[in-house]
Amino acid sequence: MKKVELVDISKSYNKTDNVISNINVTIEPGEFFVLVGPSGCGKSTMLRMIAGLEEITGGTLKIGETVANHLPPNKRELSMVFQNYALYPHLTVEQNIAFGLDVKKIKKDVQIKRVADAAEMLGLTDYLKRKPRELSGGQRQRVALARAIVSEAPICLMDEPLSNLDAKLRAQMRSELRRIQRELNMTMIYVTHDQVEAMTMGDRIMILHKGEIQQVGKPIDIYNYPANPFVATFVGSPAMNLANAKVNPKTNELIIEEKFSLALTSEDCLAFENRLLTIGIRPEHLQIAKEETAPKNKVDVKVTNVEVLGNETVFSFQIGQKEWSVKWSGQWQIKIGDIIPLEIDFDALCVFDGETERLIKKPSNVGSYTLQDEVRL
Amino acid sequence: MTMSLPKKIGLYSLLIVTSFIVFFPVIYALMISFMTGPEIMQGRFFPQSIQFENYSKVFERLPLLKYLLNSFIVSAGVMLGQLIVCSLAAYAFVFLPFRGSNFVFYLFISTMMIPWEATMIPNFFIIQKLDWLNTYQGLTFPFFALAFGTFLLRQHFKTIPVELHEAARIAGISRFAFFRRVILPISKTSLVTLGAYGFLTTWNMYLWPLLITTNDSVRTVQIGLKQLQSQETATEWGVVMAGVIVVIIPTLLLLFLGQKQLQKGLSQGALK
Repeated sequence: MKKVELVDISKSYNKTDNVISNINVTIEPGEFFVLVGPSGCGKSTMLRMIAGLEEITGGTLKIGETVANHLPPNKRELSMVFQNYALYPHLTVEQNIAFGLDVKKIKKDVQIKRVADAAEMLGLTDYLKRKPRELSGGQRQRVALARAIVSEAPICLMDEPLSNLDAKLRAQMRSELRRIQRELNMTMIYVTHDQVEAMTMGDRIMILHKGEIQQVGKPIDIYNYPANPFVATFVGSPAMNLANAKVNPKTNELIIEEKFSLALTSEDCLAFENRLLTIGIRPEHLQIAKEETAPKNKVDVKVTNVEVLGNETVFSFQIGQKEWSVKWSGQWQIKIGDIIPLEIDFDALCVFDGETERLIKKPSNVGSYTLQDEVRL
Repeated sequence: MTMSLPKKIGLYSLLIVTSFIVFFPVIYALMISFMTGPEIMQGRFFPQSIQFENYSKVFERLPLLKYLLNSFIVSAGVMLGQLIVCSLAAYAFVFLPFRGSNFVFYLFISTMMIPWEATMIPNFFIIQKLDWLNTYQGLTFPFFALAFGTFLLRQHFKTIPVELHEAARIAGISRFAFFRRVILPISKTSLVTLGAYGFLTTWNMYLWPLLITTNDSVRTVQIGLKQLQSQETATEWGVVMAGVIVVIIPTLLLLFLGQKQLQKGLSQGALK
């Protein structure tokens, strides 16, 4: 177990424009750290800089306690799993897994034992004599994983390792990866563009966009309190609904896209006054209006699209220029064109500053439950 | 593939005719090698009886076995040299990024446009200065750096996923170990192709051995054939053709063996 520390890391290919800048983060020992972002955000470049495959233009990279900026990849004591697995096609599974061990001057019998253990752990024992081309995608993935495991490096880097697998296998490998990481107590740095992978696997996740950190934190905190509108729309499916809003100080109301209005307390009103605002609300927090809802806070929306997924129903409607979606659990008999009265809970609302894009109000009602409160024994 | 019978017949007869045209010189040479002098003069195609007299004459008149051995040593030497030099050069062009590598590569490739004959005289002087006339080095060294071979291997190396190299770097495998343990085995197909090409072109080379050799010690078969032709005023074509047949046998053998390897390599090349 080792920590990885990035201080002011930046990367530039042409010496003028930084593709990555101002990266400051410490990855704790034994942590499952996920780098996530849309394609082209620099997440793979960052991983490759940690691995030593790309040069670091500026800043300091520390692995453990040593500065690793100029260490060659093999001196950094890490292993890496590539998106296309990088298996040697001419070697058998066994040789592939053991490849690199003899360079480290590990005795033959130890090698054999390690390979056998890793194969056992990943269910590859029956395939040791096969060539990679005789394996399925999932099996190749496991071989790549086994290769990372046998090196017993304290840090493991993964570059979108699951993106070539089909959905079912991916879900299975997600939990398996998590299990192995816990069992071996590795520090894992994992790159993905899939926010579901990030949410389900990471102890902490870091969201990158255009080479800059947007937010670092626990998945659930990022989901509940996104630092800016980009994070809000990137995490969660369907994405968080965003809209422009402003305060009407005369009536103490928040006007959303000139359509919804929400009563505000006078403090809130004062805080948000004279600012451009962007508000966001998760699709599951939009509720159907109840009888006691003030008619002012109620709005009738016209359904433009419906998806019934069995356990949940997602429908969308138009608000101003934006399309919002609503997610309710259960199967709702809704047809396109139906008019549905909705209400917005101010406590569930994220409010971002329209100019700096910073979160200025966290939602207080995020629908989180604890067992102790819900179950009365 | 299913084909109607008439179409099949048509196709096969076309193939037979064309292959006959292609092979005619070789077949005719084979026939002549079994004929006696008068028979050849009559312009027959098939010999009246199969005589091996010409073959024994060839071996009497020339140290043909010695020549065959020389040719084999020179061809194998050039082949190995080319494989080593070209694969290392191609490796550098693909896996070692350095400033101007593309420029150097295109410069290298552009030498393909200079005919070998144009560089023959300077090469001859170098070999002469090194005192390498009548030596195997003199016959082989000038052919080691082959632009075509480097190009061929570079193209193949470029299809190897760069992640393999990166994975090897992370595992701490040295550049040369990666070259030997990963690149070469993966590129077997291209190496066999280049090897066969190098061997055959050297085997068939005439001008350079003619310049470099002045005695029988390292002379190759192609020079030997020419010697047969001009030793006497009236060339005994039967004997010459017997020599030709002996000389092309190793070439054909190599072709058959190489082809098998090549096919194996091709089917193995299904990466990923």
